[in-house]
Amino acid sequence: MADKPEKFIDENGIRSDGRRANEIRDVKIEVGVLSRADGSCYLEFGKNKVMAAVYGPREVHPRHQQKSNRAIVRYKYNMASFSVEDRKRPGPDRRSIEVSKVSREALEDQIFTEYFPKSAIDVFVEVLQADAGTRTAALNAASVALADAGIPMRSLVSACAVGKVDDTLVLDLNKDEDNYGQADMPIAMTPDGKITLLQMDGHLTQEEFKQGLEMAQEGCRQVYEMQRKALMDYYSKKTEVLSTEVTAAEDVKGDAPEEPEDVTQVEVLEDTEDTKKIDDTNETGDTRETEGTKETGDTEETEDTVKAGDVEELEDSGEEVPDTGENADETDGQMDESEEEISNE
Amino acid sequence: MNKEIVSIIQKDQLYNLMLKGERADGRAFDETREIKIETGVIEKAEGSASVEIGDTKIIAGVKISPGTPFPDTPDVGVIITSLELIPLASPEFESGPPREKAVELARVTDRGIRESGAIDLKKLCIIEGEKVWMIFIDIHVLDDGGNIMDAAALGSIAALLTATIPAERYGLGEDAPLPMRDIPVSVTAVDIGGGILFDPSLQEERVANTKLTVIPNQEGAIVGMQKSGNGSLSPDQINHIVEVACKKAQDIREKFLEI
Repeated sequence: MADKPEKFIDENGIRSDGRRANEIRDVKIEVGVLSRADGSCYLEFGKNKVMAAVYGPREVHPRHQQKSNRAIVRYKYNMASFSVEDRKRPGPDRRSIEVSKVSREALEDQIFTEYFPKSAIDVFVEVLQADAGTRTAALNAASVALADAGIPMRSLVSACAVGKVDDTLVLDLNKDEDNYGQADMPIAMTPDGKITLLQMDGHLTQEEFKQGLEMAQEGCRQVYEMQRKALMDYYSKKTEVLSTEVTAAEDVKGDAPEEPEDVTQVEVLEDTEDTKKIDDTNETGDTRETEGTKETGDTEETEDTVKAGDVEELEDSGEEVPDTGENADETDGQMDESEEEISNE
Repeated sequence: MNKEIVSIIQKDQLYNLMLKGERADGRAFDETREIKIETGVIEKAEGSASVEIGDTKIIAGVKISPGTPFPDTPDVGVIITSLELIPLASPEFESGPPREKAVELARVTDRGIRESGAIDLKKLCIIEGEKVWMIFIDIHVLDDGGNIMDAAALGSIAALLTATIPAERYGLGEDAPLPMRDIPVSVTAVDIGGGILFDPSLQEERVANTKLTVIPNQEGAIVGMQKSGNGSLSPDQINHIVEVACKKAQDIREKFLEI
């Protein structure tokens, strides 16, 4: 970990990462990136990389949690063990329990839960890379994923943190500013100015707090525009593709239009490619190698080489997968399966 | 966590009272219930305090023992705060590992103490990288009458202020009081239909959607905050709560906690 920098802001008012005090980091938002989830979003906030998935409204398990007059909302914030400098022990700790609670509360009132009695809306957010401000990044992604899932909402929720370094208020702390800064205050709000999440630690005078609150609101508004744009871009493209495909299909045969290709291009396509690759290596690689080594006649060795070769190849293909928690998981599962298949032989 | 069991009549009643500027127990909106603090209630603990705010009753105990510091902070002491909502305190609490409500309360209490620098942790280093004093703050909620948050924070700081480092027992020099530098006080308010009520009773806490805890330090700066609950607050409401909270915290500090 880097040591505390001598100065966070230089004489020209520029921060260590080149931003001004009231600038947020670069944000990248991709909508609809997971094939199985009802709604999903991949979001980068500076060096933070988070993936959010929404499932539901769906049946509540365990049953006793269900509410007869509304849907329950569950929010799970989880940090990947590799997302931070020192490996994080997997599973929920007290911090992520708290983050999950306040994030759920930040979203719940914006969802029309009363439309879906006896059901559950599950939000899962996986922090793949953490670099200060993960709860706000996670919340931003979750909000977009909820919209992508078609969950009726009163509004989107946008989040942003404000903090204090060198006695100056700065928007959207980076890692050093978070570690060694004097205060950190994440907030979330709706476009009409209702604040749905507010936490603070550090040291702020009342005056600084007032200013900070305004700055953070400005940050949230910027994030909101980006969330909105990402959703608009994605859905306008989707409808475009759909309508062209429909006309094309009608022209030819009148077949039902397939899922538009570029909708989930990045994730889904690569995913299927990978799956194929794995399958290929299993079958063809298997036989080829067996044939090649047949001359030596040692069956045991043959099996060994097959196994080793296979696994290596599989691992390679695993690395090609874009670093998305969900996909990585899936590939993992496939790897295990294929390994098992081989050893069974 | 059964917030659901609030009758509509009760909700209406509290809301209508609020519209008239009243509260069910006759308090003003920014009036705190009677606070009682007693320190040194547990002789076996290095520091302890029992706190009552209205019906709410908690006991905070501080245990101090030598231990290994965290590798990234080899020369400072360690604070570990836990809070248990034991089933004795309310029909809604269940035994088992802490749920999110208990975790949140513990973490916000911890935040106030840690971020205000209430304890001079550098002075708790015995041998750098090897041995430091570990401070365990454990809060037991005995009766849930609403606003456990403020009671827990008050109890833990009161217990810390009266705690002694048991150096003699471990052959590490003479017993000494904890090196305290600041006194954070937590002040919580809820929003009921737009009215901001401080130190919510159990009834009010259940009816309210949103709760905001503000923890000011001695000099009136804010060291910790937490919004809790489903609802939202407007910036004006928040600024109002912060303003009143800073004043109230000072009152409570002067009345109960000056060393």
